[in-house]
Amino acid sequence: MSIDTDTARRVAKLARIRVEEEALPALASEFNTILGFIEQLQEVDVTGVEPMTGVTPMHLKRREDVVTDGSQPEKVLANAPDAREGFFAVPKVVE
Amino acid sequence: MTGLTKLTIAGARDALRKGEITSAELTDALNAAVDGADRLNAYAHKTPDVAAKQAQAADERLKSGDAPDLCGIPLGIKDLFCTEGTASQAASRILDGFKPQYESTVTTQLFRDGAVMLGKLNMDEFAMGSSNETSAYGAAVNPWRADDGVDLTPGGSSGGSAAAVAADLCLGATGTDTGGSIRQPAAFTGTTGIKPTYGRCSRFGIIAFASSLDQAGPMTRDVRDAAIMLRAMSGHDPKDSTSADIPVPDFEAMLTGDIRGKVIGIPREYHVDGMPGEIEALWTRGTEMLRDAGALIRDISLPHTKYALPAYYVIAPAEASSNLARYDGVRFGHRAKLAQGDGITEMYEKTRAEGFGPEVQRRIMVGTYVLSAGFYDAYYNQARKVRALIKRDFDQVFAEGVDAILTPATPSSAFGLGAMKDADPVQMYLNDVFTVTVNLAGLPGISVPTGLDHKGLPLGLQLIGRPWEEGDLLNTAYALEQAAGFVSKPAKWW
Repeated sequence: MSIDTDTARRVAKLARIRVEEEALPALASEFNTILGFIEQLQEVDVTGVEPMTGVTPMHLKRREDVVTDGSQPEKVLANAPDAREGFFAVPKVVE
Repeated sequence: MTGLTKLTIAGARDALRKGEITSAELTDALNAAVDGADRLNAYAHKTPDVAAKQAQAADERLKSGDAPDLCGIPLGIKDLFCTEGTASQAASRILDGFKPQYESTVTTQLFRDGAVMLGKLNMDEFAMGSSNETSAYGAAVNPWRADDGVDLTPGGSSGGSAAAVAADLCLGATGTDTGGSIRQPAAFTGTTGIKPTYGRCSRFGIIAFASSLDQAGPMTRDVRDAAIMLRAMSGHDPKDSTSADIPVPDFEAMLTGDIRGKVIGIPREYHVDGMPGEIEALWTRGTEMLRDAGALIRDISLPHTKYALPAYYVIAPAEASSNLARYDGVRFGHRAKLAQGDGITEMYEKTRAEGFGPEVQRRIMVGTYVLSAGFYDAYYNQARKVRALIKRDFDQVFAEGVDAILTPATPSSAFGLGAMKDADPVQMYLNDVFTVTVNLAGLPGISVPTGLDHKGLPLGLQLIGRPWEEGDLLNTAYALEQAAGFVSKPAKWW
């Protein structure tokens, strides 16, 4: 599997990270080095093996489906880059 | 009293309880040491005011006779732990200015026991790195030096924690370990670091990297201190559904040094190509020390070992790409300046390009790729199946009666800062070759300083234990520590 600049551009877009056009070939080359390294996983016989979901066999605990937290909008907004009137502010999303 | 900064946690605890010293004196001495060590760049955010208040409260508590082990003990806290009202930015520009409105469970428990926070410690950005060089604060510097005087890495990602403990800038520090980030820096600095069983310490309030692998643990001067600190950090937390609801024993009380009859496995797959002769020799010496202490040595096989690093470099980036999606410039941290007409997509893309360093960007994108349509089965599911086989290897040797496994901690001693600048990313990843299996299998592992190499730099050995048996593992480590008699300290040059 070899990654070209088009794939690198697509992955950067999916990850929502701006990568300038001239940086794409180097990025693709780095991906190829890393993917070349992980390619060796394909030689392992995994017949009948389930993908691991959690490393410790455990049943997740359950609790009552009730509100346990909330009513602290000031704390929630305290670190926002732009908060107005009790809301997070972002650039216009809908025309 | 002189030498306050060199006390162990156990030594300071006993002196505090006897009233020979006060936490205020101890904290003052350490604050002064921290201020004199800016060259090491171990502390990213100093908190002398917080420390002074906590020390005063601890002294009152000590007088009243209600003093847990850590009461009045000054610690450093890795920047990955959210500490209420104190900058916590995972050494990333994207969390510039972030001051959590809540406290991580681990630090809550440390403070409950009276611990004093000296500051937040440097680390690799989002704990992604093995040399502390991906930090937005610049690299922390190892207090150890060879004769050539070159600045060395303290390892990573918990490099600031390791440097601070080694240079006597705190009595102990918190670390986190996703692929070796406690054990490798401990080995590079002649300190002790344990990653407990996955689920032993709550992950609540620890900035997430790879949630199925991340665990917190202590970094200390010796095994006894690791036992004391780990007990305080451990325990069930309803805020982390993967934290285990099982009792936390008094690990320190389990340190007898008696390991007669214990079976120690020596895995043949850990003899990797190109390993320096002195690492092999150290490993052999460590094996002999445990045998002399009465342990039974057994050669074992962990056949899927060579696939651990590639599996890790699928699973960890995949989880990171998901965890780090939250850094979008909306709720906290950095937001890029936008141009006229930029919409929300531009805001995300510019914010993340400015906020994340190159290694973090690389891992997010690798993770995005292995999770993307068409590749999910070939990479991500394949890696999770291989992970199951790696765990099965360990399950089998433990079922056959092995109590602990002895391996090298790292494939070399500390290397120079900048030495890997031109290497490809995979070369840096190889630092974790002996430690990463332990995270994939969720096991406890400890790095114990065991010797010096020909350059006079510390080397460590790793012991891997059965799940939930940190007490037994710490005791084996204690026996190794006693036999190795490692007492070297770096000469102060900073």
